[in-house]
Amino acid sequence: MNLDVILRAGISTGTILLIAAIGEILSERSGIQNLGVEGMMLFGAMAAFKVSYESGSVILALLAAIGAGGLLSLAHALVTIHFQADQTVSGLSLTFLGTGLALVLGEGLTGLNTPTVPNATIPLLSLIPWVGKIFFTDQNLLVYFGYLLIPASWYFIFKTKPGLHLRAVGENPAAADTLGVNIYRTRYLYTFIGGCMAGLAGASISVAISPGWYSNLTTSGQGWIAVALVIFAQWNPTGAAVGGYLFGMLRRFMLDLQGPTMLLGYKNPFFYDHNLVFFLQMTPFVLTIIALLWGSARARRKRLGAPAALGVPYVRGERGL
Amino acid sequence: MTLPTSIPESPAVEMQDIVLRFPGVLANDHVSFTLNKGEIHALLGENGAGKSSLMNVLTGLYKPQSGTIRVNSKKVVFNSPKDAILSGIGMIHQHFMLVPNQSVTENILIGLDEPRFTLNLKKYDEKVRELAAQFGLNIDPTAKIWQLSVGEQQRVEILKILYRGANILVLDEPTAVLAPQEADELILTLRGMAAQGKSIVFISHKLNEVRAVADRLTILRKGKTTAEGVPLEGLTKEKLASLMVGREVLFNLKKCDQEAGDTVLMLEDVSAMNNKDLPALKNVSLCLKEGEILGIAGVAGNGQSELVEVITGMRTCTGRIWMGGKNIANKTPQFSIEQGLAHIPEDRVGVGTAPNLSITKNVIMKNFEHEPISHRWRLDYTAANNQAKKLREQYDIQSPSVETQARKLSGGNLQKLILARELSSQPRLVVAMQPTRGLDVGAIEGVQQLLLNQREQGCAILLVSEDLDELMDLSDRIAVMYEGEIVGIVNPKVTDINTIGLMMTGMARRGTACDDGVFPPEAGQADADAGAQTGETDEAAQADAETATPEPPAPPEEEIEPAMPAEEAEYLPPETEKERILRKVRGPDWNKGGRP
Amino acid sequence: MRLPYSLQLVKRTEETPKWLPAVTSLGAVVVAFVFSGIVLALMKADPLRIYQYFFRAAFGSWGAFSDVVVKATPLILIGLGCSVAFRMHLWNIGAEGQFYIGAFFASLVVLVPLVPLETTPKFVILSLMAILGLIGGAVYGFIPGVLKARFNINEVITTLMLNYIAVFWNNYWIFGKYSDAGFQMTRTFPNVAWLPRLADLAKQYPVFSGITLHLGVVFGLVAAVIVWLIVYRSRWGYKINLIGDNPRAARYAGIDITRNIILVFMFSGALAGLAGMAEVSGVVHRLQERISTSYGFSGVIVAWLAKLNPYAVIVVSILFGALIVAGREIQPSGVSFMIQGTILFLVISSDVLLKYHVRLVRTEEETA
Repeated sequence: MNLDVILRAGISTGTILLIAAIGEILSERSGIQNLGVEGMMLFGAMAAFKVSYESGSVILALLAAIGAGGLLSLAHALVTIHFQADQTVSGLSLTFLGTGLALVLGEGLTGLNTPTVPNATIPLLSLIPWVGKIFFTDQNLLVYFGYLLIPASWYFIFKTKPGLHLRAVGENPAAADTLGVNIYRTRYLYTFIGGCMAGLAGASISVAISPGWYSNLTTSGQGWIAVALVIFAQWNPTGAAVGGYLFGMLRRFMLDLQGPTMLLGYKNPFFYDHNLVFFLQMTPFVLTIIALLWGSARARRKRLGAPAALGVPYVRGERGL
Repeated sequence: MTLPTSIPESPAVEMQDIVLRFPGVLANDHVSFTLNKGEIHALLGENGAGKSSLMNVLTGLYKPQSGTIRVNSKKVVFNSPKDAILSGIGMIHQHFMLVPNQSVTENILIGLDEPRFTLNLKKYDEKVRELAAQFGLNIDPTAKIWQLSVGEQQRVEILKILYRGANILVLDEPTAVLAPQEADELILTLRGMAAQGKSIVFISHKLNEVRAVADRLTILRKGKTTAEGVPLEGLTKEKLASLMVGREVLFNLKKCDQEAGDTVLMLEDVSAMNNKDLPALKNVSLCLKEGEILGIAGVAGNGQSELVEVITGMRTCTGRIWMGGKNIANKTPQFSIEQGLAHIPEDRVGVGTAPNLSITKNVIMKNFEHEPISHRWRLDYTAANNQAKKLREQYDIQSPSVETQARKLSGGNLQKLILARELSSQPRLVVAMQPTRGLDVGAIEGVQQLLLNQREQGCAILLVSEDLDELMDLSDRIAVMYEGEIVGIVNPKVTDINTIGLMMTGMARRGTACDDGVFPPEAGQADADAGAQTGETDEAAQADAETATPEPPAPPEEEIEPAMPAEEAEYLPPETEKERILRKVRGPDWNKGGRP
Repeated sequence: MRLPYSLQLVKRTEETPKWLPAVTSLGAVVVAFVFSGIVLALMKADPLRIYQYFFRAAFGSWGAFSDVVVKATPLILIGLGCSVAFRMHLWNIGAEGQFYIGAFFASLVVLVPLVPLETTPKFVILSLMAILGLIGGAVYGFIPGVLKARFNINEVITTLMLNYIAVFWNNYWIFGKYSDAGFQMTRTFPNVAWLPRLADLAKQYPVFSGITLHLGVVFGLVAAVIVWLIVYRSRWGYKINLIGDNPRAARYAGIDITRNIILVFMFSGALAGLAGMAEVSGVVHRLQERISTSYGFSGVIVAWLAKLNPYAVIVVSILFGALIVAGREIQPSGVSFMIQGTILFLVISSDVLLKYHVRLVRTEEETA
């Protein structure tokens, strides 16, 4: 077990969660909760893998994934924004639909090899002792994209006018409406962007960070963890970064835990009884629940909370107008 | 009243033959409306008369089916509020349209073309500060909305519109949420703005206030105008009322004189936090007797909701609440209900009813666990329907059947449904919060009479209202709340409304707790606490026989303001209120730059 | 951006016609099949042949239909549980996990064994298994219930996480302690732990030979009646409806919401746990991997498509049972999942028709 390896791998796989979670943060900040992240990710992963296999172009593959996720999210947007359907149920059906479509269209892709997004080492930055080795040496290009995404999305949400409008729409759509902000357009836009990013997160699995198509095991619940991360992060991209990377590290740690014969001077139980591995596999899901508990307690202490209009359809004239 | 009415200039706004139809409702039926430059024009009418609809047409929220709008003699068509803003029209809604967790400046910048992308809040904070100073609206641009008082939030709303360069301001019942002194200050500000050339529409259903503020008025009734652009001189209150309601309105309620009986409810040293975990109730002591209506006056947000919630078991608190010999503090709502407490909540749709369930299911909400509605695990819907039918008849609830969903009832009928449910349980104590708000004049009378009838039957009633006239008409005693404290209890017969107004802004204090010291045996502690007399009393108070009671434990030093005669109060309160607000927003150093 | 036409929603002022929900649900199913047909055609498969095959595989013979009902049994129980939870807007997506834990608890009767299997009468063993199945599901429903009621933690996420946890939990036991010679399953249960099947009567009535229908379906039917009584005739049902429609009003009426959230979650979980028991005791006769083919998720759709009506749950479950039976016969494997997702999507979309009149209007060109 090597701490550097765990950190490096954590940053790498954490990027998947990070991208999906920031997409969902944008969507939820506008007042639309999209629980279909898992479905959109899987659909995106499949689209990227298939396009990469058939066209040989990684760029096309990423675009396909973004389009695939975005397309599904538009269905969610239509149903929840225009038809005022319950966002929870719509998000669930999106998961089914995305998973189903991915399995049907992804038939026969298992075990194939495709071009993938390359790794790269950043000159200069990689020379920084320790930090350079972990963050800037031989990481996937999408990992670097993740580094940029965190401050960019934070700045966008809190320091720009479109970000101001986004927050206003999610907190008090009636107020934003009277000031001429188009609620429907804003919500469509950010739901779509959230979907695109979920698609990209899917692609970052299948054609970048851990390449391959393993039907519904490709995402194996990471979409749901991303949704949970949004709450843990209190709708703030920096929180999503911390949560995403920590989770990535945790997964790697769990994996590495099975290797050594001795652990802290004791016989490693996971080495000797392989069935105990199931408990290790359980851990991320248990920790997600614990993270939610912690997040909700923190939110209460600091008087933070979800965007006030999250999950509430907006109809002009029905709410205080 | 100032001059501009007679200046023969082209009007700021002309609306002609506006027709606005919603499914099943004709909100505006060929309504015309003219607003002159630099005038304050009152738009008067009952709830549902179409005032707000008409103004929502003017501000671009609704599109009329027919009719024309001219702004400064130019014909305009508004597709969205943005178009109206571009024409210089802005509306201040009754429910503030603010984003609570954003700052004042951020709220003002929403929807503007400038800034283009990066916010650069510091620069705009300065701009907002300057604009506020120009119109005498004091506010800290960096404060978050949730930290502001209601009056301050209203200022943000006005600033929002002025910042957009609006020359035409529409205010929808702006004083409904303000204390009398705050309202006076607002009216002064509006006068100042009119003098600077702004045209102002002032929507209201309060007759007195309209007389104080407006140059001309237009009255709507059932979607039609009954008076259009009439100058106010020579119109009596009765005449106005009949134009509004369409019949002679009797401003008389039958209230018999009666002696109050035994104590039903007693609060001792009750303190509680609000939803933001800030102190909302501070050592409140009260008592309420059979056959008595105790009014609770106060500006919204001074602890009234929390007071009602601790009594009804919906909020935790410290201290003791005695009802029928039992301490009901920190028990469940169920427990208070079993002690004979009925509760008419402020929010009829959000709390008082289940909107998608039938009238029957709403009627049995409080007694479904008792015979004859339920037998062990089973619920007998036939018996429930019978009960609902009986009450529907008795309380005259207008609906197709008892199967009708509650959300399909009008506001007045919904309130009757709640009253029917609560009063039919033969309660010992009724806690009514804003029972007439949002109802039309006819329905208000009905509700008030029902409360008086309950009083006559020996029921104790705690009436929380922001309508001082209502409190004066109905209450036997009025307790005034300010920042979570009872600052005094007065007798409405011998107290004038200005005194109560002063108390509502924390500038005068009076005796509290039980007026005659008859506490139940457990109350010895509170009795002893109320020992030292600290406050002064004003002229009105000296005439008041009930104020012989001592003050509560000494309040913090700074909060004791010398009480003053009513005339003097006219001038000082606005400044003092501002000071209070400034202190709250800017902290102790608020006054460094000298008094504004 | 201005399109030549736009959709306009006009709120219904009159009562929604009674027949409309049924029509929209049916319409959703039909459209879902058409949509999936198009996707299949894009995949260069012949949708008509696949659907024909579907139909034959599900309803072609008594034996096939019995398989359908067998598959429908867990769906009925889970769908009923979900329908009660959904009435309170509790999105229990955790039926899958509750099903596994129910199956695990019930299996303990045989695996530990909790009672001597040779001497205890079959009736007692089966009752014990059913009770333990109910308890297992209820315990597993209790967890998200408490998290929701006490800490207001999103139940969709917790129940989903618990689903994964339940699968790993079961895997630990069937790969480890109770593994049958290293296979990923336990040994087959003795006959006393089998729910009676129609095939057992084949000696007297040869018609029944090979008919797999087991007693579990009776559990489902009885549960439907019970749920109907609860929802429409009981005090508890009234509370559930009131909390579901307006929790603040319910609190105001003196109803303990925290307690009822937990109770409903436990009830919902118990039914899913019973479904797990019926599956191990009536169908597979042992505890193994993948005893559920996403019953938990299909149950969600069943409840929604049935508009939370307990009797409609039975009918819809049979349709979905058919989808599952036919779905395992054909490739590609995701088809039934895709159809289910589409159906749910269309059902919630069509709800707009119940609340509004939808009109297509020409957007007029406006000039100032």
